[in-house]
Amino acid sequence: MSASWHKLKWPLIALAMAFVFNAILTPGFFHFTVRDGRLYGSVIDILNRAAPVMLLSLGMTLVIATGGVDLSVGAVMAIAGAVAAILVSKQLPVPVVIGAGLGVAALAGVWNGVLVGIFKVPPIVATLILMVSGRGIAQLLTGGQIITFENKSFEFIGRGALAGLPFTITLVVIVLAVLSLLKARTAFGLFIECTGDNETASRYAGVNTNLVKLVVYGVCSLCAGLAGLIITTDIKAADSNNAGLWLELDAILATVIGGTALTGGRFQLAGSLIGAILIQTLTTTILTRGVAVELTLVVKAVVVILVCLLQSEKFRAAIWKPKAVGA
Amino acid sequence: MNLRALQRNVPLLATIVVCLVLYVAAAVKYPAFASLRVFINFFADNSFLGIAALGLTFVILSGGIDLSVGAVVGLVSVFLALAMEKWHWHVAVAVPVALAGGGLFGSLMGLLVHRFALPPFLVTLGGMFFARGLAQLLSLEAQPITRYLSEITDAVKVPLGNAVLPTTAIIFLVVIVGAFVLSKFSRFGRNVYAIGGNEQSATLMGLPVAKIKIGVYALSGFCSALAGVVYCLYTQSGYAKAAEGLELDAIAAVVIGGTLLSGGVGTVAGTVVGVLIFGIIQTAIVFQGTLSSWWTKIVIGVLLLAFILLQKMIQAKKFQAVK
Repeated sequence: MSASWHKLKWPLIALAMAFVFNAILTPGFFHFTVRDGRLYGSVIDILNRAAPVMLLSLGMTLVIATGGVDLSVGAVMAIAGAVAAILVSKQLPVPVVIGAGLGVAALAGVWNGVLVGIFKVPPIVATLILMVSGRGIAQLLTGGQIITFENKSFEFIGRGALAGLPFTITLVVIVLAVLSLLKARTAFGLFIECTGDNETASRYAGVNTNLVKLVVYGVCSLCAGLAGLIITTDIKAADSNNAGLWLELDAILATVIGGTALTGGRFQLAGSLIGAILIQTLTTTILTRGVAVELTLVVKAVVVILVCLLQSEKFRAAIWKPKAVGA
Repeated sequence: MNLRALQRNVPLLATIVVCLVLYVAAAVKYPAFASLRVFINFFADNSFLGIAALGLTFVILSGGIDLSVGAVVGLVSVFLALAMEKWHWHVAVAVPVALAGGGLFGSLMGLLVHRFALPPFLVTLGGMFFARGLAQLLSLEAQPITRYLSEITDAVKVPLGNAVLPTTAIIFLVVIVGAFVLSKFSRFGRNVYAIGGNEQSATLMGLPVAKIKIGVYALSGFCSALAGVVYCLYTQSGYAKAAEGLELDAIAAVVIGGTLLSGGVGTVAGTVVGVLIFGIIQTAIVFQGTLSSWWTKIVIGVLLLAFILLQKMIQAKKFQAVK
C-alpha cells in the first residue's frame, strides 16, 4: 500500500491542488444537484468528459509499460465510431453494432501488435502508419460526411446514467477493475513489466515477449474503440475528421503524469486515471474561470515539461545536490 | 560503386525508384502531368513541408524527434501577420526576429533534452502545445498579410521556359543545398551521424555532444520558423492553426526517404525525394479528380509500411552477413 502511495503521491498532490484552487475560486465547483434521478455538478462533468481519455490512458499505460507507445488510438476511435454509426443507421441490432465497433478496433490493435512484436518495427513508426492512414480509412468509410443517428439504447453508452452517475464512469471503472485484476492476480502484469524493463532477459527467462506486445496493443486499441463509441454516442454522430483528434497525445501525457515512465517497466493504472482527470480539470478550470481557452495548450505544455523534469534523475540530482553538500 | 556502398544506399535507391515509378505512371495516365510547370509545383506547393522535414532530418539522424515543427510554422505565420499588419514592423525586422525566435525555441528544447536527459518525444510534445497555444493566444483568426510579401514574391522569381520558379521553391532549393552541404561536408554533419549511431561512443571519442544535440534542435526550430515564413509567402496570410499535423507528414517524408528513426542512418537527399513523393501523390489525386483527399493519407500509410518493411529486410540481411 505504501509503495503505491509513494508512486501516486505527486499526481494526487497535483490533482488535490487543482481541486483546492477550484474550491476556493470557482463558486459552486463542489455543488451537486439531483435531477431526474441523476447527479449533476462540475466534478461529475469533469469525470464524464475525462472518460474517453481515461480509457485511452489505461490501454496506453500497458503499451508504454512494455517500452512502446501507441500513436494510433485517436484514429482507431474515429474508425470504431464510423463503423458503429454506419451499422446503427442501417438499423442493425445494438449488440452487433457494439461488437463490430470494438472488433474493428481490436483488429487495428492486432495489426499494430504484429508490426511491433513480429516485424520489430519501432513502435512510434508502426503506430504512426495507422495514425496517418487510419483517419483516412475512417473518412473513406463515412465518405467524408458526418453520419448522424438516433438510437436510444446505443446512445446509452455515451449519454446514459447508471446509479445516478454517467454510464461512462461505470465503463471506466469496469475496465480499470479488469486490468487491475489481471495485474494483481495473474502473471500478466509481471510479463508486461519485465518486457519493458529488459526484453532480452525476459525472452531468455521464457516470456513470450512478442505475444505480450501483441496483447497489449490489442487491449490498447480495444480501449480506444470503447472511447470511440463513447464520443460517437455522446454527440449522436460519427465525425471522422475530428473524432479523437490529438487525443493520443493527451493519453500519453496522462500516463506519464501518472508515474509510468516512457522507458517502460513499472506501471500505474490508477496514476494514469488521475493524470487524465487532472488534464480535464485543468481544461474545465480554464473554461469556467473565463480565461482564454487557448491558454489550455500553454498550461499543458508547462505541465508536460514539469512532469518530465520531476521524473528526471539528472534534474533531481541538480536540484538536491547543493542541499546534500550543505548538510 | 562497389557492392557495400550499393547495399548501404538500397533504401535511398528504393525511394528514388518508387518516386520515378509514381511520376512515370501519373505522366502516362495524365499527359499534362509531365509538364515543367507541374514539376515546379512539387517544390512550390510542398516548400514548407520540405523545409521543416529537412530540419527534422538532422534531429532524427541524431536519434531524437521533434514534434513541434507544425506548431512553430503556425506560430511564426501568426507572428509575422500581426507584426507586419498590426504592429507595423518592417519585413526586414519581423522575419529575422521570427527565425531567431525559432532557433532559440529549438535550442531551449534541445537544452532540456540534453541537460536533464528528458525524452525528446515528450519535450517536443510540450513544445508543440506551447507554440500552438501561444499562436492561438496571439490571434485566433486567420490574418491576411497585405504588406511586403506580395512585392517579395513578385520580385524574386526565375523564369524557366514557359514556367516560373516562384520564391517559395527558390527558398526550398536553397535549403536543400544548404542541408546537403551541412550533412555531407561539415564537421557538424559528421558529428550528428556519430551521435545518432552511438551516443556513448561519440561522448567517449570526445565529440562535443552537448553542442551538437542542442544544435540539431536549434536547427530544426530555425528550419520550422523558415517554413513558417515560406508558408506566409505561399498563402499571404497567417493562421494559428496553420500546418496542423505537419509534423506527421514531415516524419513520414523523412522515414520514406530512408532515414531510420533510431538515428545514425539516412540522407538529406532521401528526405527531398520523400517530400517529392508526397507532392506527386497529392497532385495525381488532384489530376484524377474523383478520388478524395483522404486517399493521400491512406497511400502515405501504405508507402510508410512498405518502406519500413523494406528497411527491416535489409537490416536482417546485414545481420546475417555479420554472422
